[in-house]
Amino acid sequence: MSACGTCASGCGLRSALVRLGSRKSKPDYVIGLVGNPNTGKSTVFNTLTGLSQHTGNWSGKTVTLMEGSLEHESKKFNIVDLPGTYSLLSTAKDEEIARDFILFRRPDVTVIVVDATCLERNLNLVLQVLEITDRVVLCLNLMDEARRKGISINEKRLAQDLGVPVVPCAALQRIGMPELVQAVHGVACGRIKTAPRRFPVGRDILEAVEELLPLIERIAPGLPNARWIAMRLLDGDERIRSAFEKGEILRLVKGPDDFDGTSPRSYGQRRLVPA
Amino acid sequence: MNKEVYQSNVTALLQRADSLHDRIGGSIHDDLVATIYRDAAEISAVAVNREGRRWSDFDQKVDRIVTSRIFGFPIMLALLTVVFWVTIKGANVPSEMLASGLFWLGDKLEFLLNAVHSPWWLTGFLVHGVYRGMAWVVAVMLPPMMIFFPLFTILEDLGYLPRVAFNLDRLFKTAGAHGKQALTMAMGFGCNAAGVTACRIIESPRERLIAILTNNFAPCNGRWPTLILVAGLFVAAPFPPAIAALAAAGSVVGVTLFGVFVMFVVSWVLSRTVLKGEASAFTLELPPYRKPQILKTLYTSLIDRTLLVLWRAVIMAAPAGGVCWLLGNITSGGQSLMAQAAGWLNPFGLALGLDGVILLAYIVAIPANEIIVPTILMAYMNAGMMVEMDSLAQMQALLVSHGWTIMTAVSLMLFSLLHNPCSTTIMAIYNETKSLKWTVIATLMPLALAFAICFAVAQVWRLLSGGL
Repeated sequence: MSACGTCASGCGLRSALVRLGSRKSKPDYVIGLVGNPNTGKSTVFNTLTGLSQHTGNWSGKTVTLMEGSLEHESKKFNIVDLPGTYSLLSTAKDEEIARDFILFRRPDVTVIVVDATCLERNLNLVLQVLEITDRVVLCLNLMDEARRKGISINEKRLAQDLGVPVVPCAALQRIGMPELVQAVHGVACGRIKTAPRRFPVGRDILEAVEELLPLIERIAPGLPNARWIAMRLLDGDERIRSAFEKGEILRLVKGPDDFDGTSPRSYGQRRLVPA
Repeated sequence: MNKEVYQSNVTALLQRADSLHDRIGGSIHDDLVATIYRDAAEISAVAVNREGRRWSDFDQKVDRIVTSRIFGFPIMLALLTVVFWVTIKGANVPSEMLASGLFWLGDKLEFLLNAVHSPWWLTGFLVHGVYRGMAWVVAVMLPPMMIFFPLFTILEDLGYLPRVAFNLDRLFKTAGAHGKQALTMAMGFGCNAAGVTACRIIESPRERLIAILTNNFAPCNGRWPTLILVAGLFVAAPFPPAIAALAAAGSVVGVTLFGVFVMFVVSWVLSRTVLKGEASAFTLELPPYRKPQILKTLYTSLIDRTLLVLWRAVIMAAPAGGVCWLLGNITSGGQSLMAQAAGWLNPFGLALGLDGVILLAYIVAIPANEIIVPTILMAYMNAGMMVEMDSLAQMQALLVSHGWTIMTAVSLMLFSLLHNPCSTTIMAIYNETKSLKWTVIATLMPLALAFAICFAVAQVWRLLSGGL
């Protein structure tokens, strides 16, 4: 079960990649784009969809969801650009939008865009996303800038450690985009298997989590991210508590029919994700 | 699963979670965060190899100067002044060319209409009203926008705006507002509606509301052309040509600073009265300096900003031009409606350092305040003085003949800076606050402030110049 995103070569596939802009159509897959602020999410989004959403060199440029689509090997992908966020642990509006989308909307693949020049700081978000979903592709963006700064990154090792495909990119120069789409498609259709890293937690918390897991299992059997949910409950996360109280949490098991949170529109029928 | 069983299971789970939370203590959140940080550090230590630190050193060196306590503000002011100076200096010639070209076309249009025996009122309404309204907007707004917007976008792409926010952060804290308000303010310099929407990045509802209510004091794309135009026409006039443009640019910077100052004061007052509370802390990231893509910037700022703003203005100018013409040509009791309305508003306008026509133009231009200057020009022309206008000098002469002085110009700049937000922004405020009360306050508070400050400035000015 090792990730092999780095060997996904884009040869011969360039022609198969059709950008569809924001044309409405029933997508085969829904892709969420997350990442720290100012890592170039919007640039990746624009490059993938051919749209020209305004990008800017500063944090907090995207506060709402932007949606576009592309076609690859005759499959339609809807791509949703989420607000930049450093973590998913607080209750600020931008973080909540990103977190709710990944958790409740359950995109088929979550692409995490990270800034290769400051990988360590970006990994905080990556580790949190990996707790929520295992269908992840890491877009190692701004590789050109990293190279100029004398930073080199062992992508294979990183992919091994994180357990998900890692694709080095320079979105502005359109470098690595076909490979990214290839990896996203691979994860979406199950061709690429992932084994996401779970960050090690302290003994106290681990024991508490294990105590909560059977209780969660009784309410929502087969919940895919029960460990993370348990940690959020221990931390007193109001949003998760109310998700239990309102029965919203059951949707994480059954697969959502419609997302009534912050999504601009619903996307039509979606496959069930095998638990 | 039956509903009651579900609820009791949930209650059991939440109670257990609470008791575990209490047993472990209050450090769970910090423990989790620390664990994640440690793991991230371990992973990156293995995967990342740093050979040199030259580049980030360079960024840091620049940042140390650009955000330093001594040089931060002077550099900021100098950059702003240069941007406005280039805009004012560069916009003059194309503005005159556009004006003479468009008015020549207007004459031909009139000639054509006369040739097909169109009645005088139709020709007047279409050519002197609707067409001239649009022509004025294009002539006076397009050139400054085409220069200013790309320059501003380049500063943004370079990564300078977050540094501005960093410099201002301390001041916002002092005002009891959130430091991120500096960012939403910077966004407001582009468009207040966007700035208001961007206030979502502020977590605390109290500080978010302050940021929303005061965003209007950051002059936006719609108001920069008015400020730049009035400064270029009037503030520059008494100075020798060599430094005229610089003086005009300086006055725009001054007005901008005054707007930021008002934003601080209003935030301070709000955070000590109706919206009491402590300022919360946050992390402001200084992004790396990135080489702006000049060509792409030119393209997107032309499409996204210039044409968008211009189009909106032209659409609004057409009916405003028509209304102006009608007001100027429908008479009752031997006097045009415009003369009557302006006469009625005049004492009020004069008290604010403006005049009746300016206030009337402001009312006509309420849907899009960016067309206030073109509307004023049309109003004056329709008030009987049908001058042929094809140069900026004539434009200025027209204004002077209606009693404009530097004080009128300054008052208009202040009024334009402070008055109520445009209709799009008001909609955005309602969408963000979902409160009619706060929307009304956000609309009327700046207007009241604009009246009060313009009144005070005009009185003091008259007192001082009368005493001299």
